[in-house]
Amino acid sequence: MYVSSGRPESATEAAVERPASGVGAVVTGNVIALGMVSLVTDVSSEMVTAVMPLYLVTGLGLTMLQFGFLDGLYSGVTVFLRLVGGHLADRFAARKQVAVAGYGISAVAKLGLPLVGASVPGIGAVLAADRAGKGLRTAPRDALISLSSSPQAQGRAFGVHRALDTVGAFTGPLVAFAILAAVGTAYDAVFVVSFCVGLVGVAMLVLFVRDHRDPIEHRPGWRDGLRLLRDRPYRRLCAASAVLGLVTVSDAFVYLLLQHRLEIRPHWFPLLPLGTAGVYLVLALPLGRLADRVGRRRVFLAGHGVLLAAYLLLGGPLGGVGLLISVLALHGVFYAATDGVLSAAVGARLPASGRAGGLAVVQTGQAAGRFASSMIFGALWTAWGPAGAIRVLAGALTVALLGSALALAGGGRGRHDGEQVRDVR
Amino acid sequence: MSVDAPVKPTLTKGRILLFALILVLLAGVGIGYTVYAVDREDQRLHGGSGTAPGGPPLTLTGTPRLLFRSTESGPGYGRLATVAAGDPSGPRTVGERSCDRVYAAGGTAVCLATEGGITRTNVALVLDANLRQVRRVELAGTPNRARVSASGRMASWTVFVYGDSYASMTFSTRTSILDTHTGAMAANLEDFTTTRDGKELKSPDRNFWGVTFTADDNTFYATLSTNGSGRTYLVRGDLRARTMTVLRENVECPSLSPDGTRLVFKKKVSQSTRNPWRLHVLDLATMRETPLAETRSVDDQAIWLDERTVGYGLPTGAGAATDVWSVPADGSGAPVRIVAGGFSPAPLR
Repeated sequence: MYVSSGRPESATEAAVERPASGVGAVVTGNVIALGMVSLVTDVSSEMVTAVMPLYLVTGLGLTMLQFGFLDGLYSGVTVFLRLVGGHLADRFAARKQVAVAGYGISAVAKLGLPLVGASVPGIGAVLAADRAGKGLRTAPRDALISLSSSPQAQGRAFGVHRALDTVGAFTGPLVAFAILAAVGTAYDAVFVVSFCVGLVGVAMLVLFVRDHRDPIEHRPGWRDGLRLLRDRPYRRLCAASAVLGLVTVSDAFVYLLLQHRLEIRPHWFPLLPLGTAGVYLVLALPLGRLADRVGRRRVFLAGHGVLLAAYLLLGGPLGGVGLLISVLALHGVFYAATDGVLSAAVGARLPASGRAGGLAVVQTGQAAGRFASSMIFGALWTAWGPAGAIRVLAGALTVALLGSALALAGGGRGRHDGEQVRDVR
Repeated sequence: MSVDAPVKPTLTKGRILLFALILVLLAGVGIGYTVYAVDREDQRLHGGSGTAPGGPPLTLTGTPRLLFRSTESGPGYGRLATVAAGDPSGPRTVGERSCDRVYAAGGTAVCLATEGGITRTNVALVLDANLRQVRRVELAGTPNRARVSASGRMASWTVFVYGDSYASMTFSTRTSILDTHTGAMAANLEDFTTTRDGKELKSPDRNFWGVTFTADDNTFYATLSTNGSGRTYLVRGDLRARTMTVLRENVECPSLSPDGTRLVFKKKVSQSTRNPWRLHVLDLATMRETPLAETRSVDDQAIWLDERTVGYGLPTGAGAATDVWSVPADGSGAPVRIVAGGFSPAPLR
């Protein structure tokens, strides 16, 4: 049975005693360290992402159009390994070790790229390994963030982490292009530097992040994970995030819709995601704090309301720079209000020994929903064109949002976000 | 202490020192490897004894020649060069201008190039007969194909765009057609209406590449593919009407013969990613296909050296070099290497 941890006294006291004025007051160094690991790792992977097209064009030419097929497979691998990572982390109380393995696999995969050369199966295998690492590490890392913070500060902790993470997403492409400007066609230099940067992240994780200490008598199995679903608020959060994921259009579609409406000049197109990321970066922490204060589920739902506003603008009559700025801003607010906040809402409800697995289940449900959404939206676009498709999705989001609001309001007891699943057996 | 107590970081002096050491070590590896790689690439591309730029300035007019991108290791790497059509293996003249991909006809050249700097800009340059720039168009992606109509009026290019789709990790192509007389540009063939068996295709992930023009400067052929299916189709387009019609399956990178009766194209003959294509010629009157004697996989939009011979680039050279090969267009004979250290050939008639 799960060790019912009850109220974590010292954490509560720490949070209560120190006024929540600064970040450091409630967000531990462990969270900052994990944020720095993500930052550095993002630099490492964004570097590779930035040069991949050039590298593949040079090496593979038109053969690379066949990469589309492998994409579904990768997504499946990632989803499966996310659950595996979460489960292993809980079962052996080894969140840090599983996370180290995940970050390590991704770092080493960078070296695989120059080794496999222009072989499509080889490059496919390397990219699959990279994603496998990402799948493995996500849930244990989020569990570490959650366990490193008091239940009252979950939103803040995830806010800090996501903000640092996004800084990495900004820096990576810049570093990559700076290196590429210096090395010309020596792409392997970018991969080797990416590998080194990735190892820096692993070193930070090994040296500066401490795992949560668990009593060792209990090793949760798969069934314990299923038992978590008996907790009604957790179950409803799972369902709501999956259903909302199903009506969340993928980022790429948002940018394609903008491009469709505004005829954005081609070389500006790659900058659109930076607009979203910029707003996300700035608001991740403030909205995390807000979520701690007014309720995480409330902020999570409000974030989807903001997404609905973005859909309505995309399907509406407005155009011009106003449309561009407002949609990117709303999209960024949506991420800031939902991504870390969901993990915070879930993390606060889960027992320490089942936190990684529980987080993995929620994130997998959401990811599966979004994957299906991409397929469905593609079909809608084909049938009714971009404007029709986004209006249909806006309608579906409205319904899903109302349903989720009812479900989460019914399941939650006021603001008891911090209340954990007790003895689930 | 409760088991849920927030965990503290481990910022001890020893660990900070160890981390600093690792940081210095990894920085050394990264910087050291970068320096090595830059030097190695410089040697590979420019260290050889290939022909240096110089001699008479390159033009598109005059005696019949073959224009191409020189890939000989040496000072002329990446620059435009010409050889005599009658003696392509003979001495080359290397110009000053660098292009990743080039094509020329009727006194007009299209040069797809990458402009340097921290953020690289890919551009399509329209050049006159003296290779002076008359127009510059910024591109959305990495240069892939270029073509000019026989009259020199219509120009087309294809670029690769990354992640321009609803599923991440996918590639798409974007093909543009420019009327160099009027300046009118069809920026993306995906905006044209495409029909197959009388029905309009509406899938948002249509890709087009490899345009070739007929003599009327309005009709063209190109490749269509949808990401989902992986199949390719030959389409015939009408530029003024902004329409395209699907003609046939499994035809990529068509290239129309000078007399307008045949297309040389690459046909997918194997699911293997190592050797997927083989050059074929399609007779447009009978729709009969003939495999050519080149059995190696060619990923290029071939050219017509004359009515009986096609040319194409293959990565068969030493180091970074590609070579230009030719093979008879009727399936007979055997491939011949005509330019060692060349890429993206274009006949100057």
